[in-house]
Amino acid sequence: MRARLAFVLSGLAIATMQLAFAQAGSMTLPKTIEAGNAFSIQSSGSGKATLYVVGLGQVLKRDVQLGETSFFPAGSLFNAGHYVVILAGDSSTESGAFDVLPASTPADLSFLARPSRLPVGLHNGITGAAYVFDAYHNLIVAPTSVSFELSSPSGIVQKRIVATHDGAAWTALDSTAQQGIDRFVAQVDHASSARVVEQVPGDPCGLKMSAEQTGRELQLKTDPVRDCNGNAVPDGTIVTFTEAYNGGQSTVDVPLKRGIAEVQMAGHIGATISVASGVVLGNQIRWEK
Amino acid sequence: MNKGRLLAAFLGATTVALVVIGTVWPAPSAAAYAGGAGMMRSSSTPEAAVENLGDEIRTQAWEEAYASFANKAQFTEPEFVHDLTGYYPSLLTYTTLDKFEVRPLHSSANEADVELKLHWATVVGSSATTRDLRVVKNGDRWEPEWPIVKEVRVPPQVIPVNYLRWDVIYRGAGDDWGAQDVEAPHVRIVDMHPVERADGVVILGELLNEDVVPAWVSVSATLLGKNQSPTATEGSFDKISHLLLPKQVTPFLIKFPGASLSNVGSIRMTPVSALIAASADPVIEIENEQLHPAPGASLTGQLINQSGQIVNVAHVLGTFYDKTGHVVWVADQYIDQALLPETAVPFEIHIPEDLARDISSQRTVIATYSAGGSL
Repeated sequence: MRARLAFVLSGLAIATMQLAFAQAGSMTLPKTIEAGNAFSIQSSGSGKATLYVVGLGQVLKRDVQLGETSFFPAGSLFNAGHYVVILAGDSSTESGAFDVLPASTPADLSFLARPSRLPVGLHNGITGAAYVFDAYHNLIVAPTSVSFELSSPSGIVQKRIVATHDGAAWTALDSTAQQGIDRFVAQVDHASSARVVEQVPGDPCGLKMSAEQTGRELQLKTDPVRDCNGNAVPDGTIVTFTEAYNGGQSTVDVPLKRGIAEVQMAGHIGATISVASGVVLGNQIRWEK
Repeated sequence: MNKGRLLAAFLGATTVALVVIGTVWPAPSAAAYAGGAGMMRSSSTPEAAVENLGDEIRTQAWEEAYASFANKAQFTEPEFVHDLTGYYPSLLTYTTLDKFEVRPLHSSANEADVELKLHWATVVGSSATTRDLRVVKNGDRWEPEWPIVKEVRVPPQVIPVNYLRWDVIYRGAGDDWGAQDVEAPHVRIVDMHPVERADGVVILGELLNEDVVPAWVSVSATLLGKNQSPTATEGSFDKISHLLLPKQVTPFLIKFPGASLSNVGSIRMTPVSALIAASADPVIEIENEQLHPAPGASLTGQLINQSGQIVNVAHVLGTFYDKTGHVVWVADQYIDQALLPETAVPFEIHIPEDLARDISSQRTVIATYSAGGSL
């Protein structure tokens, strides 16, 4: 009988203590806040306690008077993510959580443009991907419009407006028919980032050479080498001259200089001379002199 | 216990005895390798005289070799050394003679002709040169005459070179994430052909630099089994021209020793390219290329350096095609002498006899290495 009475009394005491703790430390937390914004946490009860706000790479600690509101100024929390709040009093501990969301205003973007160099006249050859960030470098996952603009020296401008999905927007654009340095810009609000895309000539087109006798040698010379869009193929491009005669052959790989390739080779009567660059074949000459 | 001591004493005495014998009466080869002249034979026959010369070249005993010549009045000792190792830095400059072969060609009472084939151990493998020596009798000794090839003199002149040179600035470590780097050159395999040979599978092909910038290139291949799992990976190593200027094509050859095509389901090719600072100079003309049929199938020709810069090492790569234009074989040869401006240097690339009859055309490319010297 005495034991039963002791059990009932101790249960009552524990229930009373729990009620007292609950009154001592409850908190009112915001569900979400925007990164960098000011916010406040309201506590109830009386006495002193310590408030901890713990998140990804950031911890705030504040001594508080229970029953008062704790104010946190702008910029206190700036990393987006899930934060745990702990209110530790002398006799009790209370916890809660809230989320810090990226700011809604874009402030920065990372822009990946590929490739930095490509031949002219390539459909969807240039791709750009942009990632939008707020002022605190949090990825803004809410849909945001990004403008992509590719402008070539000839004045041709290709423009696309693309909404981000999970923080990223991407597009594909064509390279134009004219060689040159294009400017590829991604922009969102006042934030923009520029890249350079070099459009280079394609394979040589209509490769043609001529031969002229200079003493005992043949002077072989191409016409100015251009691609199929009329762009001059850059100097340094290899042009191969091959002279086949009587079961023998002579070959020279010559780099273009000032737009033409030129070489002197021994002239063999009845020789067939051909010219090529990469996988492109040019004309053939039969030397009969 | 006594037996053990007796055995130890016997072994000790035998060792001392052998050391004494080896020191007092060394084997000729050991003496020769130790720098002595113990392997020298009496020059009582033409072959022995040339064999002595071979030994002296192998041990780099230039003074003794020069002293043994019957025609030493025609050249100096440095000229003889340079004739063997090159007047300019080349593949033979840092080489040693691995072995030599002597073959009598003709003999009479007072003179003989003997072929001396020298096998040099170079950094890129064995390189053989052959010299035909006239050997004359002087008293009771035979003395070889060295067929000196004197240095080719290029007349003093100025050769203007204004070919393009490419330099590259790469992105720095401090650049932002997403900032552009310079694009790697775009290269493409334009032909690939696996061949089963007696010693394994060989993959032949051609690689094109389709970009407007120079590229450092390499190709690797992975054999996949019937279940598409990788079984072996090999690279082209030096059977490729690693520097490709814009629109230049190189052949490549990748060997898989011991592999069989019957076990191969597919082949994964991986071309690798990187931007590299390069010069369009030097230009090498390949003149008078001739395909010689079997037996002794080969491709011969001459290289002519059209630039003013000395080329220290030239690597000749031949691509051989059948009538349909498919690559049948890729073979190469390193030239063991420097290419001087406007000076013809011969080359000879050997072709497997069984493939020679399938070959109807060829294309040759040259990879060059220069130490930066100039005349």
